[in-house]
Amino acid sequence: MEEALVIAAHGSHLNAESSTPTFSHADTIRATGAFDEVREVFWKEEPSFREGLRTVDAEEVYLVPLFISEGYFTEQVIPREFRLDEWDPEMWDSDGTSATHATLTADDTGQTVHYCGPVGTHDSMSDVIVQRAKSVTDDPDVGEGFGLAVVGHGTERNENSAKAIEYHAQRIGEMDRFDEVQALFMDEDPEVDDVTDYFESEDVVVVPLFIADGYHTQEDIPEDMGLTDDYRTGWDTPETVDGHDIWYAGAVGTEPLMADVVLERAADAGADVSGAIEQVREETGNGNPATGD
Amino acid sequence: MDEDSVDALVATAPDGIDFDGLHVGREEDRYTFETPEESHEDLGKDDFRSVATDSPYAANWYFWHATAPQAEPRWAFLRWLEGAESAPVPERYDALSGGRTTEWGELAVTVSLTEDGGRVYDLRHEADVGTAVDDLDTYEDPAAARDIAKHDDRGRYRPLKTAPSLQRGWAFPSLGPAALLEAVHTFYPATVQNWYREREGELDVTHWHETVERQTGIYGVVKTWDRGEGYEHVNWVAEACCDDSQCLKRREWGYDADTDLDVDGGDGEFPCREPCSLVVSAARKWTKLEAEEPQTYEFELTPSEKAQVEAIVDAVADGRAADIREADTADGANRYRARFLRAKLFDDDGNLCGVETDD
Repeated sequence: MEEALVIAAHGSHLNAESSTPTFSHADTIRATGAFDEVREVFWKEEPSFREGLRTVDAEEVYLVPLFISEGYFTEQVIPREFRLDEWDPEMWDSDGTSATHATLTADDTGQTVHYCGPVGTHDSMSDVIVQRAKSVTDDPDVGEGFGLAVVGHGTERNENSAKAIEYHAQRIGEMDRFDEVQALFMDEDPEVDDVTDYFESEDVVVVPLFIADGYHTQEDIPEDMGLTDDYRTGWDTPETVDGHDIWYAGAVGTEPLMADVVLERAADAGADVSGAIEQVREETGNGNPATGD
Repeated sequence: MDEDSVDALVATAPDGIDFDGLHVGREEDRYTFETPEESHEDLGKDDFRSVATDSPYAANWYFWHATAPQAEPRWAFLRWLEGAESAPVPERYDALSGGRTTEWGELAVTVSLTEDGGRVYDLRHEADVGTAVDDLDTYEDPAAARDIAKHDDRGRYRPLKTAPSLQRGWAFPSLGPAALLEAVHTFYPATVQNWYREREGELDVTHWHETVERQTGIYGVVKTWDRGEGYEHVNWVAEACCDDSQCLKRREWGYDADTDLDVDGGDGEFPCREPCSLVVSAARKWTKLEAEEPQTYEFELTPSEKAQVEAIVDAVADGRAADIREADTADGANRYRARFLRAKLFDDDGNLCGVETDD
């Protein structure tokens, strides 16, 4: 039976580049040939969540939300708009970061949909954050002498948003790779504005847990951290702030290894994609799982 | 028709073939091959192969069963592009030999025959039909359509794929059938599938009221705009957003299943089956704005100034403001005219005639 991968992302009415990482990760997966079809579907762009499934021919679909946390979008918007009428958040049986998948039938197309948890809460996302730190420092061994800040939105709309940030900060801390690891937030303490207060290390890599670069990652956070007074004039990498060298990575979702997390989500839901996972890790993560396992 | 294609025909013959005027059968080791133009019975395998090799009907059968994507909407769309359901093979092949062009929104698809009886598709902006391909930027990979579709001719982001603002100057001169469908999807996502559903009488239209009732989060407020007092507000939304000048889909949704809107839904080839995210997002803004109570303001304007305000609104609404020539002071929406009006009538806080806006 033919199988499709559908990646559900937010997209934007205003920012032309919001969808770029989605297409880029989809292209990486498409090139592996692991699925008969790979389709990008958007909340704010087209094809819309409402009409995405009818654009794939396969009867079996792995639906992976390219979102950071469990919450409003993954629990309400996506299941409703994809017409997964039997959906109930209880089907994920999640503590806020532990969703794997649920299998449902789409009411409008009759396709079998394996509805996966969001990429942001998958364990392998920790590896992507580390990979992002390697990319921004251009140092595959980065860690010793460095602090790492994982930055998230905070709880403004959704308590699970902070949980996902803290979850990965804790996991990366347990790797003993960086001297210090800290979760920081935009709208609650500990705040990203005070980033240098939270680190003793002179060098600090800052990785925002966002899917795409946009207002928050390219305007708000750089100005809040003091990398620049005006985002339009840009900043250096690293940029010196209060005696620390800040290596600002931009949205983690732009890291090519994100394609691996999408595949891992589908694999956890039953897709036979182990070969593709190996290939994608090789191509986008130097073949070295950051966890060392 | 090549050896592989003939092999496929031979292999399928025992099941019988009845397609686009071609009839093929096999009983024991003898074959029949029949078209409106020729009829052969009691053929040995070699003779059958020879007849098939020379027949456009056989090549046509092979293309539609082995080369073209088989999913029904895709197959039907490709058939529609060459008028396959109405034109018999010889007539169709005559038309295809010179290229047969069909418009799909602002796209133009030209189907031609390949030497082996397959199809090749040229895809470009309909306004570029007739332009030499050497004068256009050419692409092979359908994924290149993403960048083309993203910005208009002035470099502005196009959040609505079916807005009539597709940039010109490009062509995909030789796409195969699957790649053509992928490119069409990239320019106009889901249009082929919804067009097919409509043809089959199965288009799942979701009307305005049902759409706004479904909204939650920051869009939940839109449902408060429907007050059971008619649908004039939805007429205004559709006139603003869904007119053919704004979107090439043909609006099939109304206020609800029993209530059509009073404004034109458009003449597009492919249907719009529910209010899109841009409409819902704009409706959120209007829901808030329309909650305000009207006030009475008193302004003193000359007749020409009143007409000028109207001309400015028209120019912006029709997307014409940037096209008005710098020295064309006869046009009320001309920049110098607008600046003069502002200099004369606005106070330092931007209030028209110094009249403050009541909150």
